[in-house]
Amino acid sequence: MRVVLSKVLFAIGTLLFVLVFNFFLFRIAGDPIKDLIRGNPRLSEAGRERLIKERGLREGYLTQFRIYVSQTLHGNLGVSFQTNQPVSTMIRKAMPNTLILVGTSTILAVIIGTWLGIYAAANRGSPGDTGVVQSSLFFYAMPDFWAGMLLIWFFAVLLGLFPTGQKSEPGADFSTLGYTWNVTQHAVLPILTLTIGIVGQWVVIMRSALSDTLREDFVTTSRAVGLPHHRVLQHATRNAILPVVALTAINLGFIVSGATVVETLFSWPGMGLLTYNAILNKDYPLLQGVFLVASAAVILANLAADLAYTYLDPRVRR
Amino acid sequence: MAADPPVDTQVALPGTKGAFGRLWSGTARSLALLRTTRSGMAGLILLVFFVLVAIFAPWIALQDPSSATSFSRDVMAPPSLHPLHPLGTDETGRDIFSLLVYGTRISLTVGVAAALVSAVIGGFVGIIAGFSGGLLDNVLTAIDDWFLVIPFLPLAIVLVSLLEQRAADWPGGKLGIIIIVIGITGWAGTSRIIRSQVLSTKERTFVERSRALGAGTPWVLRKQILPNVLPLIFANTVLIIAISILSESTLSFLGLGDLSKPSWGTMLDTANESGAVAQGSWWYFVPPGLCICLLVMAFTMIGYAIEELINPRLRERR
Repeated sequence: MRVVLSKVLFAIGTLLFVLVFNFFLFRIAGDPIKDLIRGNPRLSEAGRERLIKERGLREGYLTQFRIYVSQTLHGNLGVSFQTNQPVSTMIRKAMPNTLILVGTSTILAVIIGTWLGIYAAANRGSPGDTGVVQSSLFFYAMPDFWAGMLLIWFFAVLLGLFPTGQKSEPGADFSTLGYTWNVTQHAVLPILTLTIGIVGQWVVIMRSALSDTLREDFVTTSRAVGLPHHRVLQHATRNAILPVVALTAINLGFIVSGATVVETLFSWPGMGLLTYNAILNKDYPLLQGVFLVASAAVILANLAADLAYTYLDPRVRR
Repeated sequence: MAADPPVDTQVALPGTKGAFGRLWSGTARSLALLRTTRSGMAGLILLVFFVLVAIFAPWIALQDPSSATSFSRDVMAPPSLHPLHPLGTDETGRDIFSLLVYGTRISLTVGVAAALVSAVIGGFVGIIAGFSGGLLDNVLTAIDDWFLVIPFLPLAIVLVSLLEQRAADWPGGKLGIIIIVIGITGWAGTSRIIRSQVLSTKERTFVERSRALGAGTPWVLRKQILPNVLPLIFANTVLIIAISILSESTLSFLGLGDLSKPSWGTMLDTANESGAVAQGSWWYFVPPGLCICLLVMAFTMIGYAIEELINPRLRERR
C-alpha cells in the first residue's frame, strides 16, 4: 500500500512540475506579448493593448501563474494564434484520430512482437532467431518517417493500392459505410509505418525475458518430468510476460505524441499534425497545450505500468 | 602480527597514468578486443567508412552544396552521366550525391556532439548523486526521474522552436541549438546507470582502505571512482550517439533543421516537401534514409560490443 501511495504521489508531483515548467518555459524562453501581436497583425494599437490586458500579460508573473494554473485545471488551455479557436477544442478534435492510429498499431505491435520474441527465444541461436534479432536492429535504426516514405512510394505510388495521405478523400460525398471504408484505406499505410517503427521493442523484451526464464530451475524440472515442449514454453512465457506488460503500459503514454512524424508525413489530422502546424506557425499556446497533454499521458501511463508491476509481481511489493 | 588478509589489490592499485591515460589505454584495449566480436567489427568498419567520407567530403563530392554556384536550373533531374549527377538533382538543382556526402558531416557531428553533452551531464549528475548520497542524491534522482518520464519529442520540439528565435546569439547557430537540446533531453538514462555503478564501487574494499589510509574525497573520485565508471560512460555514449542521430533526423524532418547546412534528415524533409515520393524519385529519398540506418546500426553494434566486453554476462542474454 505504501508503495502504491508513493508512486501516486510521485506522479502528482511530476504533473505539477510539468505545469510549472510549461508556464515558465514559454514565458522566459519565449515572449508571449510579441507572439500575440504577431498573431493579430491587423489590430490597432489600442486593440492590441486591450487584448494583452485581457490575456493578463501585463500582470506580474505570480498573478499570471495563478490565472494559468486555475485555467488549466478548468480545462482552458488558451487560444490558438493560428485559428483563434480554444486550444482544448483543437486537441479534442485531433485526439480521436491519433488514438485510432496509435492504438491500432500498438495492438498489432504487441501481438506480432510478442509472437516473434517467443519464437526467437524458443529457437535461440537458430538462423530464424538471428534473422529476427538482426531485422529488429535494422527496424530500430530506421527513422520511422523514412519507413513511411518507402511504404508510400511502393504501395501508393508504384502499386496504387492505397492513398498517399490525409484521412479521407477530400470533397467526396460519402455514405457512413463508404466514409468508414475510405478512412480505413487511408489509415492502412500510417498504421503499418507506426507498427514497423515500434514492433522491435516487444521482440527484444519478450525474447530476453523468455530466454532468462527458460534458464530457470522450474523449466529444467518440467522438461525432466517429461512435459511436452509447447507446454514448457507456455509455462515459461506466463512467467516472462511481466516486462511485456510494463512495456505496453509505458507505450500507451506515447499514444498522444508517438505519431508526430508519421502524422506529419501522411497529413493525418491528429495531435502530431497539430504539433507540426504549431511549429510552422510559431503557435505557442497550441504547442504548450499539446506538450502538457502529451506529458500528462506519459506520466499517467508510467504510473499504470508501475502499478501493474506491483499488482502482478509480489516481489516488487516487498 | 597476523598476515595481511587477501584483498583485491589487483583492482585497487592507484593508477600511475591518471584517469584519462587509463581511459585511453582502456579504449585501445577495447578496440583490440572489438575485433573478436563479429558485429562489433562490422559496426567499426561502417563507422570508419562514414568518418572517412565526412573528413574527405570536399574531395569526394562533385560540388560544395553551400556555394552559390551549386544551384542550377536543372531541378529534380534523375541520375545522369552528362552532366554527372550520380543521384540526380534536388528541387534547387543541386547535386544530390554531393548533398549526401556533405550531409555525413552534419549528421555525424550533431549526433556525436549531442551525445557528448549527454555524457558530460549524465556522468556528472550520476557521479555526484551516487557519491554524495543523502539529500543531494534524492534531489538529483528526482530530477532524473522527471527527465526520464517527459516524452522526448514534444519537449525537444518545444525547446528548439523557442530557442530558435535566438539562434543568432548561439555558438553554432541552429545546429548548436539542436545539439544542446538533444543533449539536455537525453542524459537521464546515462546518469541512472552511472549512479548505480558509483554506488557499488564506493562500497568496494579498496575504496574503504584508501579512506582508512586518509585519502580525501577528490583523490578517491579521481583515482578510484572515475576509472571504474569511465568505460561504462564510454559504452553508453556510443549507444546514445545512435539515438541522437535518429533524434536529429526527426527534428530536421519536422522542419527544425538548418536548411543552409543540410543533414540527411533535412534532405528527407526537402525531398518530402518537394514531392519526390509522389514522383517516384527514389534517388532523392532512399540514399539519405539508408545512410541514417547504417550509421545508427554501426554505433549500436559497436556500443553493444563494448558493453559485452565490460560485462561478459550480457553476452549470454543477447
